[in-house]
Parts: sequence; structure tokens; C-alpha cells
Amino acid sequence: MHLSLALGLSALLFGIGVYGLLARRNAIAVLMAVELMLNAGNLDLVAFDAWWRDHLHSGQSFALFVVVIAAAEVGVGLAIVLSVFRLRETVAVDALTDLADRDPVVHAGADDVTVAP
Amino acid sequence: MTLADVVFGLLGVVCLGSAVLVVTTRNVIHAALWLVVCFGALAGCYLVLTAEFVAWVQVLIYIGAIVVLMLFGAMLTRAPIGRQQELDSGNRPVAALAGAATGGVLFVLVVAAFKGAYVDVHNAAVGDGKVIGTAVFRFFVLPFELASVLLLAALVGAVVLTRRDSNRIDAGR
Repeated sequence: MHLSLALGLSALLFGIGVYGLLARRNAIAVLMAVELMLNAGNLDLVAFDAWWRDHLHSGQSFALFVVVIAAAEVGVGLAIVLSVFRLRETVAVDALTDLADRDPVVHAGADDVTVAP
Repeated sequence: MTLADVVFGLLGVVCLGSAVLVVTTRNVIHAALWLVVCFGALAGCYLVLTAEFVAWVQVLIYIGAIVVLMLFGAMLTRAPIGRQQELDSGNRPVAALAGAATGGVLFVLVVAAFKGAYVDVHNAAVGDGKVIGTAVFRFFVLPFELASVLLLAALVGAVVLTRRDSNRIDAGR
């Protein structure tokens, strides 16, 4: 089969993942978009392994390592999402703006912004 | 146009369609279930590419563990089961632009770069459990051990993060 078929599918899947990562508001939906992007990378690894006929099978082995890292990432990510939900009662990522780099001039009058002396 | 091309193309259409539904549907639970369809189609793609063991790992770990974990997370954060308007944020047009640009550039680039490349799936060594096990435990032992340490660290970190008495600041309020 043609290699560009697999690579094109992987590129489009990655683009869909980028869209989901930026457009979603729910933190769990953002994690799902990250999984789509990781799978696009996995498909590339497996396709190049089959194309190159690698004797070490490094592409497929690396795909397994990516699966392991994705499992670890989802575990820690969901733990963070759960503790954020326990503290804030929300998982909307655009409501969690405490660490945002605001312009101090615009918010100088607000009492939640401490201006450095 | 061989049989492998046709099967891979059909699986790719299923995968792309369900991936679009994952990022556009208004229900978190539906998104997780469409993710199952997408990962299943990708496992079929791995089978066409002679990566048998990776395909079964995809089914076991991704569909069996990660999606179930996400469903648990969606239910523990009390995600509304019905339709939900506010699942998408306000920067949807910019996100669509960024996604289309990334996907388009990558697509044009890799398709132009590997135009004549052909994968001979009939004469390739099938990546079954024996072959991949030999490769992992002969050539990739150190990364394998590192991955096990990483999983242990992630497990301990997840337990520490979700323990109730670890949020002392919250309890002191």
C-alpha cells in the first residue's frame, strides 16, 4: 500500500487534535484531543517501521512506549482535573485564569491584583 | 490500488469521521464513545500495516483503560449527561484556523515528500508478540525499564494528587 495514505491520515488526525485542543472548554475533552494527537504520531511510527522493514522494529517499539507515556499522562492529568474540580467546582479551562499574565495597568484598580512596589 | 489500500482508506475514513465527532460533539460521554470508534479504526490500520501486537495493545490499553479512565473522570466531575452548549470555548474560529493550517501543512508536506513510497505489506515481517518481545527485551531494555519507573511515578503522583487530606489549604478555610 502507499505510504502517503498512512502519512496523510496521520497529518489530518493531528490537525483535528490541534483544533480540539484549542477549541474545547472542558478539561477532559482537551485530554481527548491530546490523545488524538499522540495517536497521529503513533500511526507515523508504525507506518515508517513497515516501510523501512526495520530489523530492530524500533517504530513499533516506540509506539508501545508512546502508549505507556499516554497512560501515565492521562492518569496524572485526570488527577489534576479532579483536584481542580474539588477546589473550584468547575473543569472549564478558560475559567482557571489565576496564573494568567494580565496587564497591570488595566487591572490596577482591582483589589485582586497586587502591584509590586 | 491494492486491497490493502482500499481497506486502509475505508478505516481511515471511519477514523477521521469519528475524530471530527470527538472534537465537535456537545456531550463529553459521546465524545469518549466516539474516541473508542476512532481508536478501533486505528487498531485496524495498525493491522493493515502488519503491526499486530501494537494493534492489540491499542485495543487493550487505549480502549480498555484510557477511555474508561476518561469516562470515570467525566462522571466524577459531574459532567452534564445531556447536551451542553458551553463545551466549546469562544476561540473556536481561531482554533479551526490553527487546526486546518497545521493539518494542511503537514498533509501537503508528507504527501509530497513520500509520493512514490510503497509499503510491501505482503513480504514484511509481521510484528507479532514474539517479534516485538524480542525487539523490546533485546534492544530496548533500558527504555522499557525507564517506562516502568515512569508509570510507577505517575501512579504515586496521581494517588498523592487525589488524596483528600493532601489539600490542607482547602481544609483550613
